[in-house]
Amino acid sequence: MATSSRAEPRPSRLARQRRASREGRSAATPYLYIAPAFLLYAAFLLFPLVRAAQFSLYAWDTVSPAKFVGFGNYVKMFNDPDLLGSFGHSAILILFYAVLPICLGLVVAAILNRAQVRGLGFFRTVIFLPQVIAMVVVAVAWTRLYSTDGSINALLRILGLGDLARAWLGDYTFALPAVGLIGTWVETGLVTILLLAGMGRTSRDLYEAARLDGAGPVAEFFAITLPAVRGEIVVAATLTVVAALKNFDVIYMTTRGGPGTSTAVPSYQVYNQAFGLGQVGMATTIGVTLALLIFGINLVLNRLGDQAVED
Amino acid sequence: MARRGNTSPVEVGINYVVLFGFAVVSLWPIVSILAQAFGPSDASVAPGGLHLENFVMAWSQGQFSTYMLNSVLVSVTVVMVSVALSVPAGYAFGTMTFRGSTWLFYLFLFGIMVPTEAILVPLFFDLRQLHLVNTVVAVAGPQVAQSIAFGTYWMRTYFRSADRAITEAAIIDGAAPRQVLWRVQAPIARPAILTLVVLIFMWTWNEFLIPLVMSPTGTLRTAPLGLAFFQGQHVTNYALMGAAAVTVAAPVVVVYLFAQRYFIAGMTEGAVK
Repeated sequence: MATSSRAEPRPSRLARQRRASREGRSAATPYLYIAPAFLLYAAFLLFPLVRAAQFSLYAWDTVSPAKFVGFGNYVKMFNDPDLLGSFGHSAILILFYAVLPICLGLVVAAILNRAQVRGLGFFRTVIFLPQVIAMVVVAVAWTRLYSTDGSINALLRILGLGDLARAWLGDYTFALPAVGLIGTWVETGLVTILLLAGMGRTSRDLYEAARLDGAGPVAEFFAITLPAVRGEIVVAATLTVVAALKNFDVIYMTTRGGPGTSTAVPSYQVYNQAFGLGQVGMATTIGVTLALLIFGINLVLNRLGDQAVED
Repeated sequence: MARRGNTSPVEVGINYVVLFGFAVVSLWPIVSILAQAFGPSDASVAPGGLHLENFVMAWSQGQFSTYMLNSVLVSVTVVMVSVALSVPAGYAFGTMTFRGSTWLFYLFLFGIMVPTEAILVPLFFDLRQLHLVNTVVAVAGPQVAQSIAFGTYWMRTYFRSADRAITEAAIIDGAAPRQVLWRVQAPIARPAILTLVVLIFMWTWNEFLIPLVMSPTGTLRTAPLGLAFFQGQHVTNYALMGAAAVTVAAPVVVVYLFAQRYFIAGMTEGAVK
């Protein structure tokens, strides 16, 4: 009985009603189930998003009346070297939050996948731990490690590289990579676990066949492992790229965009423009641009993911 | 226990080295903040032993008792409201056929992508107009909305693959739809719901930007914000900072250590599906 109606690709209104009444519900039931969730979701997410798009078309300093400027804020943003530069900083952070963890994760997961070792459960617990610690706490820990008398400088001195020691987060050149490495530390565990799960699903026969053909570990990696986890790589990339773009807490806690504007990122600029400089229109403009950027990245990576599954 | 017979002992050895090195790097910042938290706060304090007085100081001087209570209030609100609303919504999307279900579901799915940064500024000014800033509504509201977007998607995925025979049996026995959901399906869905609970708890407890913006006077300052505030005052007292940081991280880490598989399942499968 149930199978006949489920087999229809698009059930007619009559079939829907018949099925609904068989399950003891009226046609309104699904909407009643969804309505409370939808109302809160719309009020606190969809509506503010529409308002953001609207706000971004105005110049407003929270005191004097808002003035309509069309796409003026967007033009201004793209012509402001500091604001544009903050998007550039995000691009660099993506290298540290996404590219580096994926490369490291691939190597580690491939090595671990070749032979099972004991203690893997404990290892998983440990490398996933950074994901569950509040970023504020992570930032406090790393601020200490990066400080002049912190353990990174201590390690450099032990290695006889004391000349390189510096206040990493206060350095114009090194502050951004230093913040980026915090991201690498946080994301690598997640990426490794994702990739390990993907590799675990790969057929053992493929590896046996490759070995009979005389493939070494490196050839095996490029011929079998890498293609098999393309889907997982796409997922890992989506998660980590978005994490790189939404890293307000780390920047706020470690550098507040400094020194100068060397670590300013869009996420921080939204906050600073709105609540530091009182430029609400510009703040929402940056926020909307960031959202569009994230939608675009999701779209592109999703396409790649679908291709990976089809092949 | 080698899965494949032809893995050499050298390779197994390399594996252990990689595991060990990786674990050390992962643990290093965590161990150092723990050492900081339990270490002596200044030269006048005797070195050695566990200095639990740092935690007492942070708790009383740093007002962490208030901040932690605020965090509990906000987290419990967000978890309860968003789970209670996501389960029926996900159930409807996962088990019922109705007009508009596809695009309505995509509308929910869309919310997972929207960054907080995009919605928070207009929401703050609109809520200020309504005199709701500095209340639980302003701090919990946006987090409930974000959790509903993920929760509806997560529960739909679960209910789509759930066994329907049991639902039909319950209906034949005369159960109303609401009873079918809460008395029959929800108990079976417990692992999926628990995963949702721990994930939303973690996201809410660790959230920083929303309470920062939505509670400008600090009446609802949550634990992570308290830590940021504390840093401004005690930046050079590493022992106090460490103790405060460990206090803020502890609740989620403890839940993680006990419910690890739910965390890992949620954060990896939630993205893959």
